[in-house]
Amino acid sequence: MHELSIVMSIIGIAGEQAKQANATIVDEIELDIGTLSGIEMNALDFAWDQAVKQTILENTERKINRIEAKAKCLDCEAEFNIQHLYDACPVCGEHFLNILQGKELRVKSLVVS
Amino acid sequence: MCATCGCDSGSNTSIQHLGENNGHDHSHDHSHTHLQQKTIVDVEQDVLHQNNLLAERNRGYFEAKNILALNLVSSPGSGKTTLLERTLIDLKDKMEFAVIEGDQQTTNDADRIHATGTKVTQINTGKGCHLDSHMVLHALQGMRPKENSVLFIENVGNLVCPAMFDLGEKERVVIISVTEGDDKPLKYPDMFHSSTLCIVNKIDLLPYVPFDIVKVKANARKVNPTLDIIEVSCTSGEGLSEWYKWLQSKVLAPQLN
Repeated sequence: MHELSIVMSIIGIAGEQAKQANATIVDEIELDIGTLSGIEMNALDFAWDQAVKQTILENTERKINRIEAKAKCLDCEAEFNIQHLYDACPVCGEHFLNILQGKELRVKSLVVS
Repeated sequence: MCATCGCDSGSNTSIQHLGENNGHDHSHDHSHTHLQQKTIVDVEQDVLHQNNLLAERNRGYFEAKNILALNLVSSPGSGKTTLLERTLIDLKDKMEFAVIEGDQQTTNDADRIHATGTKVTQINTGKGCHLDSHMVLHALQGMRPKENSVLFIENVGNLVCPAMFDLGEKERVVIISVTEGDDKPLKYPDMFHSSTLCIVNKIDLLPYVPFDIVKVKANARKVNPTLDIIEVSCTSGEGLSEWYKWLQSKVLAPQLN
């Protein structure tokens, strides 16, 4: 359940950013979460509902951009989507992959007032 | 008062279920204007930013003092503490060691390390499922490991959560024992992907368990083709010399002058 720590970090970032913008309310929060980020979405939802109570994010609308993982084969240079870290290159079958995207875990933007 | 925005206009508002999730679970029969306009803030900040910053701080400390910091991760019961006990005793005269132990509760593991005569600090995470760089920072402040030493950080036994948290270590070592499944690298790929060495422990039990060592290696290298793999038994001592060789190869020569 590291998702709880993740939600606590998100609350911290939102609070800090709202303060810097002299805002007291966070209306919306937009998150980028890659499919290989190590975040289990059900666990995130569960942790979110509990953790945001009585915080600046309690009534905030949450938008999540799921970023599909992509990799480049270091052997044949093919680029392709991957679902798992152990996926093989669909062209040459090798496992030497460079992950291009899908490990994102970031707060993209806030709407504050 | 509007429970969502806190603005104080209108007087006929009835608010029910105060303190529950939805502050707007009421109807407005008044109109009001919000004084402040909505602003979009581009944040683009990694959620683990704070952890990563402190991890870099730890890393700088280790580099300045020429300390080789290793983060030991595994499921509970794979033999991390036993591997440490053996290592600390066998290499006592060759290297200077310090250990940070991470567990939810008790100082049992730290007591075992302490019995070997090694400097040790226990972190109890309470309900926490992993160590983070902030905990390690505070542990370091208290223990002050010596220059040119090797610091083992034994993480909380958990193959999932610790994978995401950089502690500032130089290398991450994942330990798996033959009493576990040989498909573990596929089931918990993040940990194997982020490690540089995999130790397969308890190989003295291989005759008694349906564990395919060729398969586990193949699975681990599907996730991480550059992973080093060393097979050991902390009971019989088999393979430990390989592990000690690896360890010695990672210790940087102390700078003279």
